[in-house]
Amino acid sequence: MKILIPIKRVIDFNVRIRVKKDGSGVETANVKMSMNPFCEIAVEEAVRIKEAGKAEEIIAVAIGGRQCQDILRTALAMGADRAILIETDVEVQPLAIAKLLKATIEKESPGLAILGKQAIDGDNNQTGQMLSALLGWSQAAFASNIEFTDTGLEVTREVDGGLETIAIKLPAVVTTDLRLNEPRYVKLPNIMKARKKPLDVMTPQELGVDVAPSIDVLDIAEPPARAAGVKVADVNELVDKLRNEAKVI
Amino acid sequence: MSILVIAEHDNNVIKTSTLNTVAAASQLGDDVTLLVAGYHCESAAKSGAEIVGVDKVLHVEAAYYEHALAEELTALVVACCEGASHILAPGGTFGKNLLPRVAALLDVGMVSDIIEIESEDTFVRPIYAGNAMARVKSNDPVKVISVRATGFDAAASEGGQAGIEVINPAPPVGLASFVSREGAESERPELTSAKVVISGGRGFGSGENFKLLENIADKLGAAIGASRAAVDAGYVLNDYQVGQTGKIIAPDLYIAVGISGAIQHLAGMKESKVIVAINKDEEAPIFEVADYGLVADLFQALPTLSEALDKLD
Ligand SMILES: Cc1cc2nc3c(=O)[nH]c(=O)nc-3n(C[C@H](O)[C@H](O)[C@H](O)COP(=O)(O)OP(=O)(O)OC[C@H]3O[C@@H](n4cnc5c(N)ncnc54)[C@H](O)[C@@H]3O)c2cc1C
Ligand SMILES: Nc1ncnc2c1ncn2[C@@H]1O[C@H](COP(=O)(O)O)[C@@H](O)[C@H]1O
Repeated sequence: MKILIPIKRVIDFNVRIRVKKDGSGVETANVKMSMNPFCEIAVEEAVRIKEAGKAEEIIAVAIGGRQCQDILRTALAMGADRAILIETDVEVQPLAIAKLLKATIEKESPGLAILGKQAIDGDNNQTGQMLSALLGWSQAAFASNIEFTDTGLEVTREVDGGLETIAIKLPAVVTTDLRLNEPRYVKLPNIMKARKKPLDVMTPQELGVDVAPSIDVLDIAEPPARAAGVKVADVNELVDKLRNEAKVI
Repeated sequence: MSILVIAEHDNNVIKTSTLNTVAAASQLGDDVTLLVAGYHCESAAKSGAEIVGVDKVLHVEAAYYEHALAEELTALVVACCEGASHILAPGGTFGKNLLPRVAALLDVGMVSDIIEIESEDTFVRPIYAGNAMARVKSNDPVKVISVRATGFDAAASEGGQAGIEVINPAPPVGLASFVSREGAESERPELTSAKVVISGGRGFGSGENFKLLENIADKLGAAIGASRAAVDAGYVLNDYQVGQTGKIIAPDLYIAVGISGAIQHLAGMKESKVIVAINKDEEAPIFEVADYGLVADLFQALPTLSEALDKLD
């Protein structure tokens, strides 16, 4: 079985983002970029599945500008076998991403696609579910554990009420939650090896997908700031303020 | 305009997030239909009909709707959404699991987690863990939208008199099946709708020490929350996690104890009305959003707080 892992390049999760004054977006010039943390977990999971002998090949796919090659190389260094960059400078929205991934899947025929549950820039949490629907595949979103069974997968999902386990047939789309695994550190020799692994470049046109957005972003603003608070000296002052000033207890 | 709201329920009780979603739907128009799909879920359908703002309830029964499997519910929603201008669901894991599938099959985009409605096609939603607000306009013929509960005051759960129409289930899809569920049964209020929430972080050092928090929670009638670090360390179950990737809440009072205040945590609680932080590190970023900050060791502060609360009448 092949596994496809779509990965996204985003502003690093440690960066405090700044909104541009003109409302056109957030500042990305000279800002550290990296692989979306949930996608790293997806890569790690795929590599573990291959190491356990349950998959033969792992293909990492990124959609975006040329710079996405850096995260694809990271995925290759973590253990992916080959990478595909679908190159475009347009900001592609989840439905079109899902269509591009579907077209890629139709060419590559993997038995499993593992995506991050959400990209931490747009916080959409849509692409995996959309891809699964377009393919007519089964879906296990927000996975914190994946087991192979005779008939498919048993996946534990992190849901609002706790943990839910479902059994799904393959082929399937799984999206990762944070506790699925802890991604490995990439070792230097593997980075060297990754340079020699194949990285193909394609365009949305070649895949026959229209990437024009259906949702316009009118503007992006700073969230309203909270008024500065005060430090209290001790627990008694705290309780007094909560009761008599804030009136919340 | 006809608005379809998909109810989140446990086959018995409608979840409060559905009330916030109905409130959002009512801002869009007055023709609001609530879909209650489940198994032996008559009581949920009945309470759906009492929600103020709901005009009609569609009630569907099938064994394969019992556990809200995304594949099955999607087939149903797609089959019964004809004529709808908007399809809404609560923005928790229920809606996130389901709505993108619905949107994809309708070949439209989706707008996640709206907190404000400007017009029938323009919405405000947080991005970058709430560090920026995007105003977006959907040009799709059907708007598929998940609603962040904290953005909309809940619709009244009683007083409405919608008619209930029983409709047929869609044919089963059969790709997935439910195996089991593990959830903390708790006497405490639900995290997402509690007026007071007290959360603990890595500072507690162990799950055992979380008892200190439980004691205060009981006295305040509060729900308990946690940082990701506390969940990862196994102090509490995942459904306690507050933050960008956990629950997004906005109680009247949020007390963060032994939590540093990483942006991913702030994303889940900074809309709270009053924020209290107890942390021994005066530089901890949590103090930047706290209305009342107490620099103290939690192992001393919490027992004192417990005593002080006892003295209140
Ligand atoms: C993609 C992604 C998503 C994430 N999503 C979330 C999320 O949804 N929610 C979330 O919470 N985190 C999330 N995180 C993790 C987040 O970045 C932080 O790592 C986490 O919030 C830290 O938890 P903490 O504050 O409990 O631990 P720490 O950062 O270790 O802070 C512990 C605090 O306790 C204080 N302390 C220690 N001992 C005591 C004592 N005796 N008395 C008083 N204070 C004490 C310390 O001063 C310190 O400030 C996410 C991270 C990533 C990368
Ligand atoms: N541009 C992209 N290229 C590759 N994968 C993507 C892209 N955007 C989103 N994804 C995948 O979809 C997941 C969820 O993203 P989203 O739906 O945008 O929150 C990510 O974690 C990736 O696995």
